[in-house]
This record gives sequence, structure tokens and C-alpha cells, in this order.
Amino acid sequence: MDAEPAVASRAVAVGSRRKPKAERLPGEARRIGYLYVAPAFILYAAFNLFPLGQGINLSFYDWDGITPGTWVGLDNYVEFFTEPAIREGYAHVLQLMVFYSFLPIVLGLFLAALLSRIRIRGLTFFRVLLFLPLVITDVVTSVAWIWIYDVDGPLATAMDAVGLGALVPSAGWLGDFNTALPAVGVFGLWGQFGFCLILFLAGVMKIPASLYEAARVDGANAVREFFAVTLPGLRYELQVVLVLTVIGTLGTFDEIYVMTGGGPGTSTSVPAYQIWSRLFRTGEVGSAAALGLVLMLIVFAVTFAINRLMERGAER
Amino acid sequence: MRAGRHSFVARSRPFAAVVIAGLIAVACTPGGSTPEASPPPPPSRTGITETEPITLTIWDQECCRVSKVWDQLNAEFEAEYPNVTIERVNRDFGELKTLLRLAIAGPRGPDVVEVNQGWPDMGQLVKAGLLLPLDNYAESYGWTERVSENVLAVSRWTPDGEQFGTGNLYGYTTFGEIIGVYYNARMLDDLALTLPTTFDEFEQALESAKQAGEVPIQFGNLDAFPGIHEYVVIQDRMASVDYVTDLVFGLQGNDLSFDTPENLQAATTLQEWAEKGYFTPGFGGGGYDDAVAQFAGGEGLFMITGNWIVENLGPDSREFGFFVMPPMQAGDPQVSTGGAGFPLSIAAGTEHPDAAAAYIDWMTNDHAADLLLPTGQIPLSIGATVPVQDGTVLADVVDAAGAVSDANGMVPYLDWATPTFYDTTTASIQELMALRITPQELVQEIEADYSGFQSSRA
Repeated sequence: MDAEPAVASRAVAVGSRRKPKAERLPGEARRIGYLYVAPAFILYAAFNLFPLGQGINLSFYDWDGITPGTWVGLDNYVEFFTEPAIREGYAHVLQLMVFYSFLPIVLGLFLAALLSRIRIRGLTFFRVLLFLPLVITDVVTSVAWIWIYDVDGPLATAMDAVGLGALVPSAGWLGDFNTALPAVGVFGLWGQFGFCLILFLAGVMKIPASLYEAARVDGANAVREFFAVTLPGLRYELQVVLVLTVIGTLGTFDEIYVMTGGGPGTSTSVPAYQIWSRLFRTGEVGSAAALGLVLMLIVFAVTFAINRLMERGAER
Repeated sequence: MRAGRHSFVARSRPFAAVVIAGLIAVACTPGGSTPEASPPPPPSRTGITETEPITLTIWDQECCRVSKVWDQLNAEFEAEYPNVTIERVNRDFGELKTLLRLAIAGPRGPDVVEVNQGWPDMGQLVKAGLLLPLDNYAESYGWTERVSENVLAVSRWTPDGEQFGTGNLYGYTTFGEIIGVYYNARMLDDLALTLPTTFDEFEQALESAKQAGEVPIQFGNLDAFPGIHEYVVIQDRMASVDYVTDLVFGLQGNDLSFDTPENLQAATTLQEWAEKGYFTPGFGGGGYDDAVAQFAGGEGLFMITGNWIVENLGPDSREFGFFVMPPMQAGDPQVSTGGAGFPLSIAAGTEHPDAAAAYIDWMTNDHAADLLLPTGQIPLSIGATVPVQDGTVLADVVDAAGAVSDANGMVPYLDWATPTFYDTTTASIQELMALRITPQELVQEIEADYSGFQSSRA
């Protein structure tokens, strides 16, 4: 049943040499440990494991949320592979990753490297400015961005003023099939960029100045210095930023819900939005549960893969 | 090595046990068993029969001026029956739809609630036994004589929730909706146009407005639902009333298809209008409320939408008028999407079904109709005297609804047809009007949704 007596009873069977209690090795597992863990575990089980179990159970049913469900086995999971709308959602989220993850990291690294070489007056002020989007809730900023992207909004007005009016989509950026998704992406870039830069800046500060001096003595130019000193020094920050931004992108919901509702058509539909829509709007609870679990597994897999890759990179 | 493995297994065993126990604990069919709701017996008399103090919880989705009238009617009801307290919970359409599923079975759920008709909403609630059949009340209060059968049909279901449009009555209203065409009277004069009497003439008017540099149809489709209105006014010219009714009610299951020449023709026409620039430029990014405001401000010759914008235009306005989209041949019967508005239903869990029925009767009587008329709520009660001034936009709307109703030309809303039909049709129509899919692709996409649902019913 449990670890410690099992070992002990075998010892008894072999030679009746029961260990005196006092001889217990320091750090050896004791049953009392479970008692200490219990409060946290009970909460975790009640609010995480139990709903997870429920979700797994629901995912095998066709259920509208109120009438009795019907067991459909793996049908809801098969749907994941067969329904083009779901694939489309993941394709959108991959495109968003460019804006939510790749570009903020590249820009953040570039600026962090730049700032590591020059002193800027009022750096704290700029840091606060860049971090501000993360402090304000997404719903509020999304509403502001709807206005920015409107065909009569400030962006269109500014472009008109400098003679670029022809480039403004006639339905505004969020109403146009081709620009809606990138427009949401730029919103994400604006939010994530500050986060990446702040982490990288903190990382850069912890790289010993002696490394930079050594690089300079060896005659490294700015580019060599970046790849030889700054980038390796930021490996852990990079790993954290990558994992967080990629997971964040996979779970994109707020801005889609507020800014586009998945439209126009289905051009900005993403997995988390589809799950919500199935659960609350069209009453496909089983399908929503299955899609949610698949999304969870994908998040696990991606996190694992990123960590693995980064660690392997570090070993080299 | 062996000890290591042993301790790992031992360590994870309690954990695994808890997880498995959790799984087993929850591994049962969701939803439980739901008996069909049994009809309450006829009340001993109409009105409130209870004498002790009671509270009725009402959920509705009215807004703006209609909502103020509801407050007034509620207050008058409380004055009439001093032992009754009305607890009004007002939510918007989407919120009510979402929360109702979660709340209706609970102890704090509503007694009376406005439920959207159709498969996604009322159908599922009936199937789950969460709404009371109202037939005995309809008998006692004479509801069946007050409105025509097609108004009641959209709230009728078999008790198992499997058939729509027939069976018990699960909701009741005396107010109607109609989708049609508003016009700007002055602009029509300026363009030297007369009211179109055929569909061809309507299209010619669009072209004239375009040539004159005016916006032919004021339209904003960012909210996605207005696209359905633009499509159905064309579809209703081409497909028959019986076909669309049967399609929405699902009376012929999979024998009916959305992929028909008429639906295709309607999609083709709509796309042509978009191509020719008959709609507000950049309509894909325009909100519905903005479009209404712009039309009220004089921009656009026509606007295709429902009776509810009468209050935005001003019910007594003579600058605007309303007509049902004209038929293909002059003199053909008037047909339009519309019919009963949101009906009131009684939750199966209510402790005061008789009082709830008295409330529904109160909210649908002639006095309520008089108060609600200026907000554009069309009274459907048979023989109702409607005090409107001739020549106003409100009079036009009321007349149009009467003409369509008399011709049995009310077509149920397309998005009642399947639980996912709203999403499918709105998204497809957005793509069609942005010239991203062909009309053929539109009817195929919608048919895929329709046949999928009909197969799941079979």
C-alpha cells in the first residue's frame, strides 16, 4: 500500500532484522509527509483534477449541456482531425505566433543588445511605458484598438494625411478578410514586445561586464559580441519568454472575443474561441471538452519540446 | 536500481489512485435523466389564484424604450396583485441565451423567461423537460383565439422536443417582427423614383441610386447578423414559404436540402449587389448600430432590416417609409421573414405556474400592446385596433406586417434551423459578400451544416 512498510516487511522476511526507528536515514520518506501535502493536494484535486476528470469524461459524449448526453466514444476527437474549421483555427494561431512570439523576441533581443551598449537617460520611464500594455487588461486595450483600426479611426486618418489613404482597407483593418488576422497580431506584438524587452533587459544586466570587455579585447564587433556574449547570456530568459509567449498565443481568446468575434467570416477564428463558442453558444459541450483537452496536450507537448530544444542547445 | 523503481511506483501509487478515483467518480452520463415536463392542470380561474405573498422572477432581453414599458407593465401588475413581487432580471440576448441553460434548472432560476424559438434554444429546453406546456393556460385565457396558428406554431414542440412546429405550446406572445425595406422618402423623390412594385423595379432603383452617387442600401455587417436579413429578403422572393418553413422546422428531415436552385439564385443576386456596389462602401467593417444611425441621418436610399428600428427613426416620422420586398411579379402575395417575436415561457421548476401564466397574459394583453406600439412592436392579436397615424413609418410597418400575415406569407427565421445555423450562415454570407466564395460554395457550406444536423436527429 505504501512505501516504507513495504521495504521494512521485506527486511523482516529476509532476516528479521527490523531497523530501529532511530536509524531512519535523514530525508527518507515518512508517511507524515502526506499529511503536510494534504491541504494543498485536496484543493488541487477539487479545482484541477476533478474538473479535468469531468472534462475527460464529457469529451466522450455528445452533450448539449442540458439533455442527457449520448456516448460517442472517440468521435469528438476524430472531429479534431476531420473538421476543416478546427484546422483553420490552428493555422490562424500559427500565424499569430509570428506576431505574439517571434517578432517580440527578435525586436526585444535587438533592443536589449542595443541598450546594453549605450546608456539612455530615463530608461526607467521607457521601461514603464513598454510594460504598460501588460498591466492594463486585454479587454480594455482591445476596445481601444477597435477604434484605432476603424476606417474612420486615427490610423486611417494618419495614413490619409501622409498620402497613404489608398492602403486603408475600405472596411477598416478588422473588417477586411486579409488584414483582420495580422491586425490582431500587431495588437499582440504591441502587448508582448514590452514583456520580452523587460525580461531581456534584466538578463543583460546580469551578464558580467568582464565578458564584454574580454570580447572587445579580442576584437569582436557589435554583431560578434551579440552572438558570443549577449545571446548565450540570455538563454534562460529566452526559454521563459518563448514558452510563455507560445502558450499565450495558443490560448488567445480575449482580443478575438472583443475585437472580431472570429470574423469576418471565420478569418480570425482560433482554438480557444472555438471551444468557447461550442460550449456556450451552440451547446456542443462534449466537442468543446475534447478540443480543450487536445489544446492542453498540445500546450504540454510544445512546452516540453521548447524546453528540450533549449536544454540541448545549452549542452552543445 | 530496483529499489529506485520500487520507490517511484510506491510514490506515484496514491497519486494515481486519487486520479483514477476522481475519474470513476465523474464517469457517468452527463445531464442525468430528464422526464418530460407534465402540463399543469387548468387554473381554477384566471388571474392570480395565490393569496400569500409570492415572488415571480422574470428574465427578459428587452432594451431601450421597450424595456421602460416593461418596467411600467411590471409596476402595474404589482399594483393589480399586491401580494405579488416581480423580480426582473434584464440581460442582453447573448447573455440570456448563455446563462439560461445554466440557471433554468436551479433554485434561483426564472419563473417566466423570454426564450428564442428554434432548435438551438427552445427546442433543447423542451427536450430537457425544462419548460411547461402552456396548452391548458392557452385554453383558459383564450390565447389560441387571440393570435393566428402560425404565430403559435413557432413555439410548438412535441413533448420529447423532437418535432418543431407541432405539438404542445411552450411559449406565447402577441407581438410580431417583420424584415423588410425602409426607404428615405425625400431621396426617393429627389431621384424621381416611385415605390417599386416588383423585384426588378427594386433592382432598377438600386442602380439609379448608384448612378446618382447615393448609397443604394445602407448596411454594416461587422456584427454578422445583418447579413442574414439581406439574404432572406432575396431568398423569400425565390424560394416558397412552405419550403423555407419546412426547412427551418426540419419537418422533412434530410429529404430537404439547402442546395436548391432558388437558394443559389438568391446567393448569386446578393453577391451581384455587393459586386455592383449597392451596399455602403466598406460594409464589412461597419457596425449595425452605426448603419442605423447613418440611415436615420439621411445616408442611404434603402435599409433592409426589421421593425425594431422604427424607434430609432421616430415612429411618427414621415421622412421614412417601409415596404415588404416586392414580389417577382406585380400583385403576387407579400412574403417576408418574420412572425412571432420572443415568446414568454414558464420554467418547469416554478412554484407558481398559475401566477406565471397570469403574468404572461398581462404582458400580452391589449393594454401592453398599446404601450409597446410606439416602440415598433407589432401587435399580432386578431382584430386589434391599432392607433397609428397614416403616412408614418410605424403605420407602414404595421400595414406591411398585416398584409404579409393575411397572405400567410410569414417565413420563420433561417437561423432557427440548426443549433449551429446562425454561425454557419452569418460566416458564409460575410464571405459571399466579400467575394471570397462563390454562391455555389455558400449553399454547399450551409447544406453541410443542415444535413449534418438532420442526420444527427434521425
